[in-house]
Amino acid sequence: MVIKLLKRMYTLFIFFFLYAPILILVIFSFNNSKSRAHWDGFTFKWYAELFHDQQIMTSLYYTLLIAIIASVVATVIGTAAAIGIHNMRGIQKTFTMNITYLPVLNPDIVTGISLMLLFIFLNIPTGFITMLLAHITFNLPFVILSVLPKLKQLNNQIFDAALDLGASPLTAYKKVILPQIMPGVVTGFLLAFTMSIDDFVISFFTTGSGVSNLAITIYSMARRGINPKINALLTLMFVSILLLLILINNRMSREDERKEKLT
Amino acid sequence: MKKNPITYPYILWMVIFTVVPLALILVYSVFTMDSSGIGFTLQHIKRVFEPLYLVVLLRSIRLAVVSTVICLVLGYPVAMILAERHLSKKSILIVLFVIPMWMNFLARTYAWMTLLEKNGLINTALGAIGLPAINILYTDNAVILGMVYNFLPFMVLPIYSVLRKIDSAVIEAAEDLGATPVTTFRRVIFPLSLPGVMSGITMVFMPAVTTFVISRLLGGGQYTLIGNLIEQQFLTTRDWGFGSSLSFILMIFILLTMGIMSRYEKDNEGGGLW
Amino acid sequence: MKKTARGVLSCVALTILVLALAGCGGQKKSTLKVYNWGDYIDKSVLESFEKQTGINVIYDEFATNEDMYVKLKAGGSDYDVAIPSDYMIRRMISENMLQPIDFNNIPNYQYIDERFKNLAYDGKNQYSVPYMWGTVGILYNKKMVSEPVDSWRILWDEKYKKQILMLDSQRDAIGITLKMLGYSLNTKNQKELDEAKEMLIKQKPLVLAYVGDEVKDKMIGNEAALSVVWSGDAIFMKKENPDLEYVIPKEGSNLWFDAMVIPKNGKNKKEAEQFINYMCSTEIAYKNADFIGYSTPHSDARKKLPPELTSDRSVYPEKEDVKNSEVFEDLADSLPLYDKIWTEIKSK
Repeated sequence: MVIKLLKRMYTLFIFFFLYAPILILVIFSFNNSKSRAHWDGFTFKWYAELFHDQQIMTSLYYTLLIAIIASVVATVIGTAAAIGIHNMRGIQKTFTMNITYLPVLNPDIVTGISLMLLFIFLNIPTGFITMLLAHITFNLPFVILSVLPKLKQLNNQIFDAALDLGASPLTAYKKVILPQIMPGVVTGFLLAFTMSIDDFVISFFTTGSGVSNLAITIYSMARRGINPKINALLTLMFVSILLLLILINNRMSREDERKEKLT
Repeated sequence: MKKNPITYPYILWMVIFTVVPLALILVYSVFTMDSSGIGFTLQHIKRVFEPLYLVVLLRSIRLAVVSTVICLVLGYPVAMILAERHLSKKSILIVLFVIPMWMNFLARTYAWMTLLEKNGLINTALGAIGLPAINILYTDNAVILGMVYNFLPFMVLPIYSVLRKIDSAVIEAAEDLGATPVTTFRRVIFPLSLPGVMSGITMVFMPAVTTFVISRLLGGGQYTLIGNLIEQQFLTTRDWGFGSSLSFILMIFILLTMGIMSRYEKDNEGGGLW
Repeated sequence: MKKTARGVLSCVALTILVLALAGCGGQKKSTLKVYNWGDYIDKSVLESFEKQTGINVIYDEFATNEDMYVKLKAGGSDYDVAIPSDYMIRRMISENMLQPIDFNNIPNYQYIDERFKNLAYDGKNQYSVPYMWGTVGILYNKKMVSEPVDSWRILWDEKYKKQILMLDSQRDAIGITLKMLGYSLNTKNQKELDEAKEMLIKQKPLVLAYVGDEVKDKMIGNEAALSVVWSGDAIFMKKENPDLEYVIPKEGSNLWFDAMVIPKNGKNKKEAEQFINYMCSTEIAYKNADFIGYSTPHSDARKKLPPELTSDRSVYPEKEDVKNSEVFEDLADSLPLYDKIWTEIKSK
């Protein structure tokens, strides 16, 4: 009982730690002053201004689009790669893993400028596509590093058993391996999405004219002070994600109930 | 030996988008290009080993190590608690764990300043209940706090995904055999979760070494860190030769350390990173 | 699960297709690519320019001069108009990255105050049209600093230990120290720089933090007594917190300019000049100056601004107020010298 309470409290503490700054963001989206240094009365004006700011809306659109596509693509390629790497041995594995570390290891500025040089070198006009390629690249290691531990947990005999029972390797992967490593895949996807949605440096150097993401817009604003419009936007983003989660959660528990009734 | 065609797209991708670009930029570290042509030089590499820059490097590594350890100590119990829950709510909780990181980094860090400042919210609250003000902002502690905050999910998620699948039968067996909860954890749970822990450490430590915006904003820019130094070379100073030498040496250094670490781990556990 | 995965994938495929199609059509209208600092223009100006001329404006933002430089230098982008600062313009001119402007196409240039023409960064005035200008100075809190502030020396006063915010920018921090010592802030002299380094190392224990853009909130929130800031931001801070006061120290300071230039890679020179001219029309220059709050070099736009602002000599200093002040020049080969000094200070 005591342990349970302790666990509760610990979880609560960690979530409070994670959400404290978010709470500040939300509160200051209603601050009348442009500065976060003092509270100057309650207002909705930043929300009103936000919807008139075409630029922020466009960059929000590109941010989400790139984050979704990049993390989906990275999850697919990365999961496949992780399965392959898991089966590798010796020098081959060492080599592949060290390549995998590179984007995690290198400072963003190095990754960003080097990719920019590559695109110029290959004569690919910078813009949406180049930014997307860059995002997939720095997302991949996070997927692989999330999926690999799950593979190590796997009982190798399961796969062989499936083959013995006449499944093709592809079916065996799909029906036997994939469900087992799914938590790792989901984790990888989440981390990739997290990296992608909030990247400034690499995005800045790999994008071209007319395409910008939220991070670029916000960092550029910094010299003149981050406008509370941004707080308003983040608040709206946050609230809509929460609503979405509640919706999914409700549906899931309803499904659970239905299953329970059936059994 | 099995062939692994399934990794070919990945390897091709990484060669085109990581190895080649990196080569393009690392060229600057040992070659000089001017009107007289291309020359070879080791001066940039030598410069990295000047005491001035080694101090910067060591400082960055120390901060990253401390943050990684704190992330592990704070994060492991969270991962365990989350993995234990027998609910459909589990996946919702794990998403809740990363959502804060989807809000812009700069905005989040500014919010931390609002909390930690001399006249910030924490001190105002402490003052209201008669406690003395604390001074965190612009110290190393603030930098570490910032790093832990930003990297914690990268430690928790991989450990969580591994713990989720540890067979409860194994744990029960250990308990039946008379193992105390501590022994069960030390001898059974922790070793089984080690691959997840290693992934977590990698995903926290590596980016933590090169981050510097946190130290600039929360640490008050008192000290140059390696990520800062590298950025300065590429942007302000335009000394790409020195900048790429710095990142090259850093890369080699960390990969070697990781290599040694996992070799050691392999002797004990089998598997590991390499 | 499978269904959702398939749903997501098809959505992704569809959006890529739509984007690809959208990219093809409608290239007839002439376009203009503008590269500017974030939040550094009244956006309605862009709309009215598009409406008036029928030119389609693609507007992008950067965070620092250096970021912008690396992108333009690498050659991957083709902006028609950019708005960098003085020393960066100097560098771009010397590296042949800018096109000379045909001033016949910019009749509104006549409104730019003569004081702001032919400055060191563009001596013959061929490449740039000033957009905003200002100084670097000391912002202090009158409640915390009672003595008169008129010299950089106060930033070295033990009395204000841990109440001083320095700029986290090697060029500016070293620059004001050089000024205090009576040297030029463009010096390449090793001895003078070493002296500045010693001063800055001596100052370090007194400094609360080396800050960048976040200085504004700090000073408004009474977090520190003294700080080094740009005049443009000082106007905003004084408005938010009346206890704050801004001075340009007597030893002189840095005069800065952000000016419009036409990069070599740009493909629409005619439209670029049209845009620059538009930005220099009185009404538009006024709109921007009013929105941004920085000092405008446009003499007619200045007349339209509130007199209490334009008569404030810390915001619109007269010639004699800035007689010791200098414009940054490009340090070129001496940059590593500054960088090393800065790293030495920051590793102590």
